[in-house]
Amino acid sequence: MAGSEAPDTVKILIAGGFGVGKTTMVGSVSEIVPLRTEEPLTVAGLGVDDLAGIEQKKATTVALDFGRITLNDRLVLYLFGTPGQQRFWFMWNDLAVGALGAVVLIDVRRPESSFAAIDFFERRDIPFVVAVNGFDGSHPYPPEEIRDSLALPDDVPVLLCDARERTSSRDVLIALLDLLIASAKQG
Amino acid sequence: MSESDAVAGRLVRPFTLTGGRTRPSRACFTLIATVTAVDPPPDHAPRPQPEQARILRRCARPVAVAELAALLDLPVSVVVIMLCDLLEAGLITVHPPHPVTDRTLDLDLLQKVRDGLGRL
Ligand SMILES: Nc1nc2c(ncn2[C@@H]2O[C@H](COP(=O)(O)OP(=O)(O)O)[C@@H](O)[C@H]2O)c(=O)[nH]1
Ligand SMILES: [Mg+2]
Repeated sequence: MAGSEAPDTVKILIAGGFGVGKTTMVGSVSEIVPLRTEEPLTVAGLGVDDLAGIEQKKATTVALDFGRITLNDRLVLYLFGTPGQQRFWFMWNDLAVGALGAVVLIDVRRPESSFAAIDFFERRDIPFVVAVNGFDGSHPYPPEEIRDSLALPDDVPVLLCDARERTSSRDVLIALLDLLIASAKQG
Repeated sequence: MSESDAVAGRLVRPFTLTGGRTRPSRACFTLIATVTAVDPPPDHAPRPQPEQARILRRCARPVAVAELAALLDLPVSVVVIMLCDLLEAGLITVHPPHPVTDRTLDLDLLQKVRDGLGRL
């Protein structure tokens, strides 16, 4: 039966403020060029029942970027870059359902743009790691300094990364998995 | 036509494919659920509409709902409604994502994900 060939799928969210490098990170580890889907906001968020809602309400779309990593012949990982703008966050609830965990990306030059993302996952008890994107390739602050300035608890890993680099992005994902595995072992 | 009218038109047009419906009849088509065309299609199956045939061609092999939407350049919500119709017609099968619920993350799954990442 054809359906039985279908692989199992899992997802991880790549979150953070606008322009912090989410799409870049998805693209650097994905086996496909990041794909994009656009959703009319009214349908995505407001639950309209008819087209009148779409026609009358301010016509906007919310875009979602994602990539794919085939882990083995039975298991495929999807990476979803979350929409950056705060007003689109109702999308995140849908996205977050069934996610293994999240990466919160930080632009080292303006960490405050990712505060809201950190908040989102903390509130929902969704495990996450913080990855600091160095942008000009340098990392002026050590991870511990960043942890302090973000008031992150000790159990949230903070990593320095370059979202453009495949191995660097992969290592961030591996750090997230190590966190998940450690907490699953603790039960 | 103003720019916002143009955007509204672009947003509404795909919903003509659903006969104006904006709500799916089933909840099984989440972003990473995979769908596969039934091959050969069942004898009693209705002849697919052109846009349905486009979907069926794209899922000759298993494909995730989000990918299907991106490849077809349609909103996920539109694709999902069309998939509900195709499922009801017996033309596709759907495979749900690996279940992930709070605190029941199974170690075996996590280890497989980690191993796969380690091979990259
Ligand atoms: N120099 C530099 N540019 C980057 C880096 N990461 C992302 N960018 C660029 O910053 C811009 C925003 O990145 P993008 O991935 O689209 O951010 P998103 O809004 O979080 O998805 C793009 O032009 C990227 O090419 C980085 O590590 N270094
Ligand atoms: Mg982006």
